[in-house]
Amino acid sequence: MRAVICAGPPTSGKTTVLRHAARKLAERGRRLAYLKIDVQYCDEDELFARELGIPARKVYSGDLCPDHCSVLVLGDALAWAARESAEFLLVETAGLCLRCAPYIEGGLGVIVLEATSGMNLPRKIGAMLTLADLAVVTKIDLVSQAEKEVFRANLLDAADIPVIETDALHGINLEPVVRRIEATPELVEPSRLRGSPPMSVCTICAGKKEIGWEHHYGVVRALDSDLFYRGQ
Amino acid sequence: MDIREISLIGGFGKAGGREPVARLDMRMGDVVSIVGPTGSGKTMLINDIALFADANTPSRRRVLVNGAPPPAIFQEDPSHNPIALITQHTTFLSDLPVREFLRIHAKIRRAARQESVVEETLAFANELTGEPIIERSAMTELSGGQTRALLVADAVVIGNSPIILLDEIENAGIDRLRALELLKRYRKIFIFVTHDLRITLLSDYRVVLLGGAMQAIVARAEEERRVAGRIGLLDGIMVDVRNRLRAGERLAERDLIGELEQVLAAPSAEAVR
Repeated sequence: MRAVICAGPPTSGKTTVLRHAARKLAERGRRLAYLKIDVQYCDEDELFARELGIPARKVYSGDLCPDHCSVLVLGDALAWAARESAEFLLVETAGLCLRCAPYIEGGLGVIVLEATSGMNLPRKIGAMLTLADLAVVTKIDLVSQAEKEVFRANLLDAADIPVIETDALHGINLEPVVRRIEATPELVEPSRLRGSPPMSVCTICAGKKEIGWEHHYGVVRALDSDLFYRGQ
Repeated sequence: MDIREISLIGGFGKAGGREPVARLDMRMGDVVSIVGPTGSGKTMLINDIALFADANTPSRRRVLVNGAPPPAIFQEDPSHNPIALITQHTTFLSDLPVREFLRIHAKIRRAARQESVVEETLAFANELTGEPIIERSAMTELSGGQTRALLVADAVVIGNSPIILLDEIENAGIDRLRALELLKRYRKIFIFVTHDLRITLLSDYRVVLLGGAMQAIVARAEEERRVAGRIGLLDGIMVDVRNRLRAGERLAERDLIGELEQVLAAPSAEAVR
């Protein structure tokens, strides 16, 4: 199995990039499976199943951090994709958090960023960018040549990874992305996270509403203390 | 790479038929107009050029540089792309101040004289726009005309791009003929998508589009320079009428007829700009 984990802020074009890439891969006879992780609603799985006829499913993370959820379910998802006889599992994250992305060792980590998102965006996001293997910049048809160049320079400044500029909506310049996906090696067991993202899974995220550290468990802090662990 | 020529190998029109023009060769120094009604595929044509189409766009056209497929670096790194496309967009999305943005761009382009190139860009832009650009302003605060002026200036001076594509420069709120005059000082290939009569007539040749296909390449005849001149005189009348209306004046038919007669009576040589 080969794994492609695709992250990026909402509306950056993750689905569009994956959809065009998946179509090209399918045309070459590659067997694919697709997993979308989202919080409370998504229908991309239906889109992939309908358009490409590939096994596709989704997971709602609900109160859990979606990237945390992704780490928990990815093992099962790889086994599912294998049962479906897929060679590639394409995972699309929820893209709600700018800091983290559950890229795995040996898989391809792809971050999708829109060229329209402000010149300083690459400096604002952490592991989602710095741990990726490849940055795909979308919506280049909406910015000037000069802005394209400055955006790329800022990106390279934050992370020294290959950058591919695309107009994903019109399927333009996705061929290099497809080549990178095809070159992804087989995963070696056991799969491990590439870094420890700050996922802040805690009792607050999971629905406890009380104010004050004394009501919560896990890694907590008081106003005048360092982080400490409080177990139940 | 020293670019001498860029060619567009014809593909297919919207109806699926082969394009009547099988090949369009544009040489360094050429000024080209792309003409045709709305929806005829003008913007698509310059997009094909900007993307170095390789039978992978809807038109299935191909672009050759100096007669051969372009090197991959042109598309892999925007700062190595010899083509600058000035689209119809009249807003910047970058929130950086004008001078800082230009300085970063000059640095990326490894311009030899970073400070003076920024000055030259601002001066060029200010020649095209009514209101001078305030260099401490954010790019996003510029007016539509200022934005277009800065885009053109940046592509020509900092980008130093040998091939410049301009999509409907006449809609930009900048002085289009002044722009053409300034641009012609730089030896490049300029490709204008235009509805403007004078830009068309001042180009070396025009590519006629219909139904997404190149129908013909029409070289400008010598006589058309004189036609352009006379249209320029007509333009002068229109500008004058507009100014008088804006000043609250009334117009007299007799005055207009007099002015039109002057256009007819002007000697050919005088009509040439």
